[in-house]
Amino acid sequence: MAAPMLRWGCPGTRWALAGIGGGFRHRRGASIGSTPNPTREQSTVAQKPLHTAQKLRKGEHKWAAVVGLEIHAQISSNSKLFSGSQVCFAAPPNSLVSFFDASLPGTLPVLNRRCVEAAVMTGLALNCHINKKSSFDRKHYFYADLPAGYQITQQRLPIAANGSLAYSVCVGKKRGQLVSKRVRIKQIQLEQDSGKSLHDDLRAQTLIDLNRAGVGLLEVVLEPDLSCGEEAAAVVRELQLILQALGTSQANMAEGQLRVDANISVHHPGEPLGIRTEVKNLNSIRFLAKAIDYEIQRQINELETGGKILNETRSFDSKLGCTVPMRDKEGKQDYRFMPEPNLPPLVLYDSTTLPAGVDSQQVINIDQIRDMLPELPSVTREQLVQQYGLLPEHSVTLLNEVGLLEFFQNVIKETRAEPKKVASWVLNTFLGYLKQQNLTVSESPVTPSALAELLDLLERKAISSSVAKQVFQELWRGQGKTAAQIVSEQKLELLQDPAALEQLCLATMEEHPQVVTVVGEGGRGSRPDTFP
Amino acid sequence: MWARAVWLALRVPLGRRRGFTCQADSQGSGRITADVIEHLERLALVDFGSREAVVRLEKAVAFADRLHAVDTDGVEPMESVLEDRCLYLRSDYIAEGNCAEELLQNSHRVVEEYFVAPPGNISLPQLGEQLPFPTDSSSHSGKGIPHEHVEEQ
Repeated sequence: MAAPMLRWGCPGTRWALAGIGGGFRHRRGASIGSTPNPTREQSTVAQKPLHTAQKLRKGEHKWAAVVGLEIHAQISSNSKLFSGSQVCFAAPPNSLVSFFDASLPGTLPVLNRRCVEAAVMTGLALNCHINKKSSFDRKHYFYADLPAGYQITQQRLPIAANGSLAYSVCVGKKRGQLVSKRVRIKQIQLEQDSGKSLHDDLRAQTLIDLNRAGVGLLEVVLEPDLSCGEEAAAVVRELQLILQALGTSQANMAEGQLRVDANISVHHPGEPLGIRTEVKNLNSIRFLAKAIDYEIQRQINELETGGKILNETRSFDSKLGCTVPMRDKEGKQDYRFMPEPNLPPLVLYDSTTLPAGVDSQQVINIDQIRDMLPELPSVTREQLVQQYGLLPEHSVTLLNEVGLLEFFQNVIKETRAEPKKVASWVLNTFLGYLKQQNLTVSESPVTPSALAELLDLLERKAISSSVAKQVFQELWRGQGKTAAQIVSEQKLELLQDPAALEQLCLATMEEHPQVVTVVGEGGRGSRPDTFP
Repeated sequence: MWARAVWLALRVPLGRRRGFTCQADSQGSGRITADVIEHLERLALVDFGSREAVVRLEKAVAFADRLHAVDTDGVEPMESVLEDRCLYLRSDYIAEGNCAEELLQNSHRVVEEYFVAPPGNISLPQLGEQLPFPTDSSSHSGKGIPHEHVEEQ
């Protein structure tokens, strides 16, 4: 279906463009009229083939997409970035707001030490250069959930810059090959979060809750090194894992602790970059990938039908699976950045520059923080490969699924089966059941001990592997029976006694003499299912 | 306006360069166009009600332009008068909050402990069709349609 769509540029099908007017609007499906050409349905959004923009079509110019991400992660701290009010997800409206958060006159910002440490830790984990001197700026815009009329951020001199993030994507037809890539990090900066607006369109009013206003955010700005939704999803997932491992952010996208905006443009390789659009309102990694791929395709379609890309902000409509324009831009937003006059520059030290005799609470030592860095996901994955002989792809899956690594390690602890066997059961059977019923690891009816016991039975050759699968299915029903109980109740044990086995075989052969004759004459090619 | 700018330039003593070059500047680039005024009104939510206000702005710009006369080669810019002060770091404990009632008293309208604001995305009228400003703070679009909607909460 994608192929005919891209051939719109050819003369033969130009008639199909008559009603579109060069624009690609997702509501234009109605204007299709009499044409039976199903490819016109491309302008409505239901059937979106998920392919990267780089797929070559015969006779088409190659398109390359450029994707840049801006990621905001809410810092996991007790209090806010510049005030002492609490950081908490669900609380009565406006109960976690101090006078400073409400921007009452006469209040001043006071920097939270924990937020600075979190920023330095994240910068170090992402291979950034930590700026020993960074400063704060004001970014001005008017909105009801920004009571001060400006946001304190670090635009000119951020706390960390020039880092990189390694991630892996599956390539190849069978998606079995794991390729390692790197995305450059432009900068990491500390900034304030805004409050929450609830729109009451019925009464034409907006309800403002400032509980979130002033919470510390880490903005991670990535260079536009990405080219499709899948890469973006992998990058965000890896960043999520790193932030969670560091403890600097819980990075839960559903709760708004991790927000991603994508800047997307397309161009022909070798030519200058195209006009970019910004896509916001991406609530999950899955939608992120979908939205980016959709937008890339939309831009390609637009340009191939002679249209222009507007430098606009678009929102992702998850129900329709498409991006829609958010507002009419009257030109580029001018934020009138200026240095924050109430805050001196932030100075960080390392072991060589640490001044003597200063209150340790008032100084931050980068080297000390570096020594305290916990194990990063990439190291954990490498260790799994080394320790258990797993394939890299398997270690990726183990870490990507929440709670799966812990489950795996718990099973390993209690079983004598080989790690590779355990991995195979956990990644194929166990994970398969979870996915089928859309459950998380924590909701699994099978405990690590139960699986460990089952694998022990298998390892002792007390049961066959097909029986083991049967028992697992029984365990999944969660009726409280152990694997051993199920096996003995249903008499699924493998017969071990040779004499009994011989008797069974002889008895079977006696009951089915005709089959025996057939087998005796045929020899090769006797089908296994002739044996009861 | 031109005459007054010259007079101001001559009054204040300067360094090496005299004010005459600045006078020439204020003549050429001193005029502030209607587009710029509209842009500023939108950004800062101020109201240049009359031509006199624009003139005052032009004079202010001309006054500030005289900074160009100072030779700053090899001098580090000062961004903050606090540049040699220590930035105090606060320990991460909860010390404030729980004053919703007090804060909400400041608001013109309140609905169930929420502040009430007009809906976002009110665009300013064009310069030609000046309408009186609404009395409560109109929130001009800085972010466009925000992420949250009542239905989705």
